[in-house]
Amino acid sequence: MILSMLMEPEQAAQAAADATKAAEAATEAAKAAPPWETLSPWDTLPQASTFAEGTDALYLFIVGISVFFFLLVMAVQAYFMWKYRRLSEDQKTSSITHNGKIEFLWSAIPAVLLVVIFVWGEVDFLKQTVPPNDAVQVRVTGRQWFWTIEYPDYPGVQLTSSVDESQVTLMVPKGQPVQLTMTSEDVLHSFYIPAFRIKRDVVPGRYTTLWFEATQVGEFNLYCAEYCGDQHSAMIGKVKVLEPELFAAALADAGKLEQEPSESLAAFGERIYSRRGCNACHSLDGSPKTGPTWKGLWQKNETTDKGAVLVDDNYIKESILEPNAQIVNGFTGVKMPSYKGQLDDKHITALIEFMKTLK
Amino acid sequence: MADDKSKHDAEHAEGHGKREPSYLVAQRGLKSWLFTIDHKRLGLMYLGSTLLFFFVGGVAAILFRTELLTPAGDFIPWLLSHLPTALGGTGGDVEAAVAQSATTYNKLFTVHGAVMVFLVIIPAVPGSLGNFLLPLMLGAKDVAFPRLNLLSFWVYTLGACFFLYTLFAGGLDTGWTFYTPYSSTTGTAVVSALFGAFILGFSSILTGLNFMVTIHKMRAPGMTWNRMPLFCWSIYATAVIQVLATPVLAITLLLLVVERTLNIGIFDPAMGGDPVLFQHFFWFYSHPAVYIMILPGFGIISELVAVHSRKHIFGYKAIALSSVAIAIISFIVWGHHMFVSGQSELAAIVFSFLTFAVAVPTAIKVFSWVATLYKGSIQFNTPMLYALMFLFTFSIGGLTGVFLGTLSVDVHLHDTYFVVAHFHYVMMGGTIIAFIGGLHHWWPKMTGRTYSVWQSKWAALLVFIGFNMTFFNQFVLGQQGMPRRYYTYVPQFQQQHMMSTIGSYILFLGLLWIAIYLLASLRRSAAPKEPLPDNTWGGASLEWSTQTPPIEHNFHGQPRVDTDPYNFPQIDRTGEVDHH
Repeated sequence: MILSMLMEPEQAAQAAADATKAAEAATEAAKAAPPWETLSPWDTLPQASTFAEGTDALYLFIVGISVFFFLLVMAVQAYFMWKYRRLSEDQKTSSITHNGKIEFLWSAIPAVLLVVIFVWGEVDFLKQTVPPNDAVQVRVTGRQWFWTIEYPDYPGVQLTSSVDESQVTLMVPKGQPVQLTMTSEDVLHSFYIPAFRIKRDVVPGRYTTLWFEATQVGEFNLYCAEYCGDQHSAMIGKVKVLEPELFAAALADAGKLEQEPSESLAAFGERIYSRRGCNACHSLDGSPKTGPTWKGLWQKNETTDKGAVLVDDNYIKESILEPNAQIVNGFTGVKMPSYKGQLDDKHITALIEFMKTLK
Repeated sequence: MADDKSKHDAEHAEGHGKREPSYLVAQRGLKSWLFTIDHKRLGLMYLGSTLLFFFVGGVAAILFRTELLTPAGDFIPWLLSHLPTALGGTGGDVEAAVAQSATTYNKLFTVHGAVMVFLVIIPAVPGSLGNFLLPLMLGAKDVAFPRLNLLSFWVYTLGACFFLYTLFAGGLDTGWTFYTPYSSTTGTAVVSALFGAFILGFSSILTGLNFMVTIHKMRAPGMTWNRMPLFCWSIYATAVIQVLATPVLAITLLLLVVERTLNIGIFDPAMGGDPVLFQHFFWFYSHPAVYIMILPGFGIISELVAVHSRKHIFGYKAIALSSVAIAIISFIVWGHHMFVSGQSELAAIVFSFLTFAVAVPTAIKVFSWVATLYKGSIQFNTPMLYALMFLFTFSIGGLTGVFLGTLSVDVHLHDTYFVVAHFHYVMMGGTIIAFIGGLHHWWPKMTGRTYSVWQSKWAALLVFIGFNMTFFNQFVLGQQGMPRRYYTYVPQFQQQHMMSTIGSYILFLGLLWIAIYLLASLRRSAAPKEPLPDNTWGGASLEWSTQTPPIEHNFHGQPRVDTDPYNFPQIDRTGEVDHH
């Protein structure tokens, strides 16, 4: 709905027409790369970005050097342990105390190898810091405990992760550079896609950037890598890489949030609940999380910091758009962000209908 | 228990006319322990308290490792719902248990990290073995400032009380790193934990100062810097870092307390602060602190390798000076904890380069220890087994540090289990293994008791197997992209997590076994019939020249030194001009 309001009519029509294409793309993607969860722990991590091969090559180089030196030292140690084991109490030992030549060698050889490793790592790192000019722009917002992804060039499209299930959180075209501009609304998070070998902290109060170019169609895991509290390990999602010609349509399809013809208003509300991050803080089973549970919330008499209130349409709407106007006691320490501009009246109505079903 | 033991020792002392009462029995009563200014008694008291906290941190680890057996969160909710409310459980309320479970997991790994770092690894070796051995090795009566030493211990105890209070006041869920702004906003007992760490810092500073002065001023006549045991060199390097770096941590933690209590924005961007600034401050201390933790371990290994192979240590000067080099460089590598945190690229590159500079002196040490074995006379006593084990585990720890210092590779591995594995290979596989080895080496000297040899060797094997099983495959987990500090995880990783958990049980059993036979050796009935010989292993440093256990004032007269501490009688001097 938001999407069609904000898009040019032709664009909207195009988006609708491409919906089937997007569905096809999804099936294709599923074929192209096996779902992440079915991999065994001993399968190698997919190399799905242009950085992956370089990072892995250097990783293997260091593994090679480390294994070589480790085995060398251990072999020498084991040989000495056997050869010079104490056979008699009066066994004589050598009076060697040092040897300048050998000490120089075992300082210099590691030093040279370390410089090689340093330079290699530095060159690859610098490549990761300079995004190309034609990169697809993406805005990432971290929040306890979900990611919100927006595309400045595709207004109205918003994707989120969900604490309850791993869902598509970021969609990118294959073979095109993508630049992420990231910030956090609360504490530190870190945006990590292992298959791309990229990671960057997401810091409140400033923007950090990250770029990559995906090379493989498929779905890959996305994690929060910086500890951010209770549901840190649930702040995960999926990155979906699509063929570039399918990208725009699939994004439009995935980013829209409107009621399906066959869907009841309450069911639509339930979808919003998990697609807009409500589930990060509000439970449906009666247990209090960061915010009050929604179970039995409708028509409940709550005490707030401004006095008693009956939870009705107006209070819910106010709490969504201006969350800090009247805060329920016990939750005053938490600052819920406003959803103004993110949820429209239809969405709010659907959410209220959904809450009514939670007796 | 101390008293029982004391009486017993006294009886033995009477039987041998020449022997003087040991420091354990020279004075009696609880007060004589609590207010002692004897460095040896303080060493024992540190030993007792650090081992107690080692147990607490270990139990926390076993609990969260059990949770990680399965990808979903199931063990902690089960545990909470079966615990009575008095013990922090929910007393059968399953829903409440589920609601609290993630927080409980976070508190467990925080307790594990904070206790192990601040209450165990930092004070363990300097506090116990350092206090006990430094004056003995230097040929001194005590440390330079015995009363200050007592103060250090009590400051440590006070800091520990704050930590204990934190545990009972609802726990702490920030991770041991206290990263802002999470730590400035979370509802758990952050302030008391910060005060605890702040106070512990003073204990560390005072001990460091004391040791520095002791080493400068109290060496026996003839003990030049180059005739000082390498353990003392490593304690010296550690002391320098303690004195110079700890104040920065203290100020940082205090600023965080100020932010939390007075709402002055320093690190929290919501109040105009900068969260990355906290990381700079924190790591400016905490990176050198890693060397506070490992350098004393290096010192122990130097002693163990030389004594048990009766061989002059190889490259004395290189080992001694590399400790100092590591201490200096450690101050300028803190940014390698922040390659992906948003610091400038230039800073990241400089820090990466300096990090590689620290690798060289570390490599020199490992090579020198192995070279010491060459043409030695190696006896596989329990302490030596730990020294050899250390060379294995610490080499892995050191080499995997190269991966993390490399910029592009660290981008992938940062904040994954690879870091967890590396850290434990260095801290547990390095410091703790060295500490346990040192404990077995000096246990007879400290207590006048011996432990069961066969038990200690089997326990060492359990520790070795358990440790490697727990942590080695965490390198694989990290490379596969498993982030750290995760309560639940994707099912793909279950096999490796399971192996880790089983390994941690084996490790725990091994450590428990050590505790059991060491404690058993203190029983009255385990007292040796004859007093132990002064020199248990044939060591050549001064602590072996005095009575076992030592007398209250360490030596009967002022010892004099005319050679270095690795001049064993078994060294073959034929065909060599004797310049001693």
